Amino acid sequence: MIFVNDKDLVVPGEILAEEDFHPGRGTFKEENKICSSVVGLVAIRNKKISVIPLQSKYIPKRGDVVIGEINDIRFSMWGLDINSPYSGLLPASEVFGKEKRELEKVFKVGDVLFLRVIDVDEVKKVKLGLKGRGLGKFRGGILIYITPTKVPRLIGKKGSMINMIKDKTHCDIVVGQNGVVWVKGQTEMERIAEKVIKMIQNQAHTSGLTDRVREMLAELTGEEIEESKEIPEDLDEAEELEGETDENNNDQSPDEKEEDSSVEEDKNLPQEIIESKLNFNLKR
Amino acid sequence: MITIITLGTNIGAKSREDGRAFDELRNLKIEAGVLERADGSAYLEFGGNKVLVAVYGPKESFIRRFQRPDRAYIRCRYNMAPFSVDDRKRPGPDRRSIEISKITAEALQPAVILEKYPRSVIEIFIEVLEAEGGTRCAGITAASVALADAGIPMKDMVVACAAGKVDGQVVLDLSEVEDKDGQADVPVAILPRSGEVTLLQSDGNLTTAEFEKALDLAIKGCNQISEVQKEALKKRYGE
Repeated sequence: MIFVNDKDLVVPGEILAEEDFHPGRGTFKEENKICSSVVGLVAIRNKKISVIPLQSKYIPKRGDVVIGEINDIRFSMWGLDINSPYSGLLPASEVFGKEKRELEKVFKVGDVLFLRVIDVDEVKKVKLGLKGRGLGKFRGGILIYITPTKVPRLIGKKGSMINMIKDKTHCDIVVGQNGVVWVKGQTEMERIAEKVIKMIQNQAHTSGLTDRVREMLAELTGEEIEESKEIPEDLDEAEELEGETDENNNDQSPDEKEEDSSVEEDKNLPQEIIESKLNFNLKR
Repeated sequence: MITIITLGTNIGAKSREDGRAFDELRNLKIEAGVLERADGSAYLEFGGNKVLVAVYGPKESFIRRFQRPDRAYIRCRYNMAPFSVDDRKRPGPDRRSIEISKITAEALQPAVILEKYPRSVIEIFIEVLEAEGGTRCAGITAASVALADAGIPMKDMVVACAAGKVDGQVVLDLSEVEDKDGQADVPVAILPRSGEVTLLQSDGNLTTAEFEKALDLAIKGCNQISEVQKEALKKRYGE
């Protein structure tokens, strides 16, 4: 027995279904009832009911790529703020290898890095690493904080949304899975990108978002909307909504998704990052 | 000349100070997500009460002795503004507000899934801007809306309501005057789906029968308030 429809808005404690369904993310089972535990939208995928939260904090997961800001330097590691209840640790060995050097000379407090979560233990101690393609320090640019659950929506299906923003604003944009977005470009274009990203975050649960983003971008950048034909209209929207729920729903796909976008971002990374990245891998 | 007409099941009962029926709540309004910088927030008006609640977290706990390796902990601060009552209240925590802070945290704890965020802290700040009796219940009700708004996973939304005895009659939701003149006050907080009681206090003298009647009445009131809570959250996201 089911009491809700797909994409319904539910509040904590609402009974979603009884028997013959499986509890997914954002739900819990009590006796034989499945109830929601957060405010969010219902997603039903073959007998599995999940609730996609509208608001959440980032919980670090192994393999995620995140953007962090250094806020502490200890004897052999950096402490980073990764927009989460848990602070990240970047051991010096991740950067230097076996060699010992002064930590302050490499990264200072306030530096912004693009990192990968190497390991999260049972007490949520987060170990970060810098080894990998595209990882390293950002020079300049601004940081925008969004709700982590809205990251897939910002990226869009196969990066459609984020690429549209990149094209229109001519900014370099990197999205961390912890809901931190790094934007670098001309100052006024950075502002436009920020406005658009905030708009996506506020309206992530509504449909027809791609079109509104396109209109907003055209209006703010003063360009004409002629390019809209490159993306097929209604069909795309439906697919994208679908895509959004899928990514949230399935534990596997967000990883793939982000993998995708980070590789894709690699090409667009500013030269400094690629340079600095090379500097870290001293072993080579 | 103003005549007050009361509707509902008030037949045979003595009318109350403000013309309500014995089982009638004061006007209730809840709004979620009113503060921009807080992770979750709620504003509640309940009769003459005005309560603002902010929730921050889950975030890293910097007070190491409160940290728990297996779950988060809830820190709650209930504070009455100096201008919230007729005679200016001396600012700062006093015996009463420390007690209410503690019972609020304990009333909310069973609902929140704390195991999801080990080593972290969830902070709740309840500010009473205007008080007119029943602020602890108003605070708990608003705090659970703010927690839900912050995206904190919960088994249910805690809701609180008081009942009491005034002029020898058991009534729901005491106002300030009724609380002062009345014989008893019973604040109750429940998890509406399962009916579990998370807070039960009793102040004053009640017979066993009266107490049971008051408890039933308070639970009935809680269920009504619960609907308003849910509406407030759904309204926040445009439904």
